[in-house]
Amino acid sequence: MLHTVNKSSFERNSLKSCLNIIDDTSVILLIEDGVISAAKNTNAPMIADLAAQGRVYALQGDVEARGISSKLADNIKLVDYAGFVDLVVEHGTAVSWV
Amino acid sequence: MTTKKFMYLNRRSSFGTVYAIESLEVVLIAAAFEQDVSLAFIDDGVYQIVEGQNADGIGMKNFSKTFHALGDYEINKLYVSAESLEQRGLSSNDLMPLVYEDEDDDWAEKPSVKVVSNAQLSKIMSEQDVCLSF
Amino acid sequence: MKISIQINEGPYQHQASDTAYQFAKAAIEKGHEIFRVFFYHDGVNNASRFTLPPQDDRNIVNQWAELGIKNADGEPELVVCIAAALRRGMLDESEASKNGIDGNNIHPAFRISGLGQLIEAGIQSDRLVVFGD
Repeated sequence: MLHTVNKSSFERNSLKSCLNIIDDTSVILLIEDGVISAAKNTNAPMIADLAAQGRVYALQGDVEARGISSKLADNIKLVDYAGFVDLVVEHGTAVSWV
Repeated sequence: MTTKKFMYLNRRSSFGTVYAIESLEVVLIAAAFEQDVSLAFIDDGVYQIVEGQNADGIGMKNFSKTFHALGDYEINKLYVSAESLEQRGLSSNDLMPLVYEDEDDDWAEKPSVKVVSNAQLSKIMSEQDVCLSF
Repeated sequence: MKISIQINEGPYQHQASDTAYQFAKAAIEKGHEIFRVFFYHDGVNNASRFTLPPQDDRNIVNQWAELGIKNADGEPELVVCIAAALRRGMLDESEASKNGIDGNNIHPAFRISGLGQLIEAGIQSDRLVVFGD
């Protein structure tokens, strides 16, 4: 499955709720304010393990728009909108943690 | 018609935003399409099915009673996150006693609400074809 | 692949409609079919033909219209939830005349219909992606 998270982990608990339920094969795509969780910050440990497994993506346009390109946490994979489409196609059911 | 597994993901309480009532609207419409329907109540979504809601004081429609109708539409898989309940000081006793009649068991009345662990929710979610989030 | 989209929020207030638009555009460019876009809750406001952003800003309604998402019969597949639309004063010609109201504001690239269209999109499409608050 593909889980999309669109809110900062400093603002809402959607990333935490997603991490509670995600299974071993699914991936997370951070979009919109969700990309704030892709930056090197005090919440970065939340996704560090998953990112090390190559299972955390962030939408490049949103990362750049928020000025955090140079501050990304380790192992975050950037995708553009075409990459977002590919993730939806490849990973089956999409779950939005809106 | 193709049968798919639809999950309705409810993470907000009943009245602060429109999502809870609109989710229920979709579920009721969906019943006519004879799909396999599950409802998940996670985070503040658990408050949607808490017993004793009274909206008289806020001038809004109390739609919580509509959940009792779901059993008649064969919508009887309501999964509630145990962790979300516990975090909010709630238990299964605080939830509405929603039931359905099981046609495969001589129409015996059975509970529709199941309190589940994160691991169980994870498995149920991974079996879905469509997930509608509200 | 057949992909459908649900949009829960209105234009300009939330990024949801912008992200959904970029996603839909990329999907079409990659050769996928956008089977239907369903506008729900405040998302119905994305269909107002009276939307007038300043010149240096994007026109979200026109962007959607320009994608030209239609079915084989040429009907728009940008579908606005009827109950959510009527609550918010979003009317097409037929609903306006039915309710004796002297104006209508749904852009012609969109059409009004019921929630069944959302379920049907879920059934008919290979994927359904939700964009919201």
